[in-house]
Amino acid sequence: MKLKDILACVDAVLVCGESHLEDEVKRGFASDLMSDVLTILEDDILLITGLSNNQAIRTAEMSDISNILLVRNKKPSQTMIDMANELNIALAYTSYSLFKTSGLLFAQGLKPVY
Amino acid sequence: MRQEYLVPAQDFSVAGVASSNLKRLLKQLNIDPLTIKRIMVAVFEAEVNVIAHSYGGRIVCDLEEEKITIQVIDTGPGIPDLDLAMTEGWSTASEQVRELGYGAGMGLPNIKKNCDHLTIKTKAGDHTHITMGFSLKESI
Repeated sequence: MKLKDILACVDAVLVCGESHLEDEVKRGFASDLMSDVLTILEDDILLITGLSNNQAIRTAEMSDISNILLVRNKKPSQTMIDMANELNIALAYTSYSLFKTSGLLFAQGLKPVY
Repeated sequence: MRQEYLVPAQDFSVAGVASSNLKRLLKQLNIDPLTIKRIMVAVFEAEVNVIAHSYGGRIVCDLEEEKITIQVIDTGPGIPDLDLAMTEGWSTASEQVRELGYGAGMGLPNIKKNCDHLTIKTKAGDHTHITMGFSLKESI
């Protein structure tokens, strides 16, 4: 799925990273545990998380994740936005829960990592 | 080439800064992306461990043509039971660390998974010295 279609599917607001809107995202991974995210070596994944802090951005950087979707209406701080801009990471948020977001995207064809 | 990065204790505002600087350097050296990702996951996990569990420490990277050796050396207090610490899911992380998204007990197992060679020297009351080796033979 293209990132722009993912965002439309869950009524998400893109905060930064407009250049990623045409990115083809192969798989999604939903977790609030960054330790779990760091076990994923797949490329081109969407990180879906309710963890809205700098560590989510740092973890994405280390795991080469270019697209982050925050759930439960967790709007990112300015520090997070600055970090995401600097690291060329797209950052968006939705008011939907982690479960609803993941379910909708799975139903639309976004594949799981495992 | 040797690079060294200091890691403070308990200051999560800078968690990942040392790893981020190292990643920038590895990209400049044209190391293949999957190898960089394996190195960065291992080093970042170790950096978070130093901040979360130790009195502070440093990351020392030795970059050679065919391998990269990274030492993570803290100043204590050491790991009382290393076998237990290597068990997936076992953690002594504080509530604060867990709220930041870490402390799931995946750190050391994940480091082991991503290294080509790993040695850990530690004991309770002393410091912890982790040495991680990564082969570059296939990436250059």
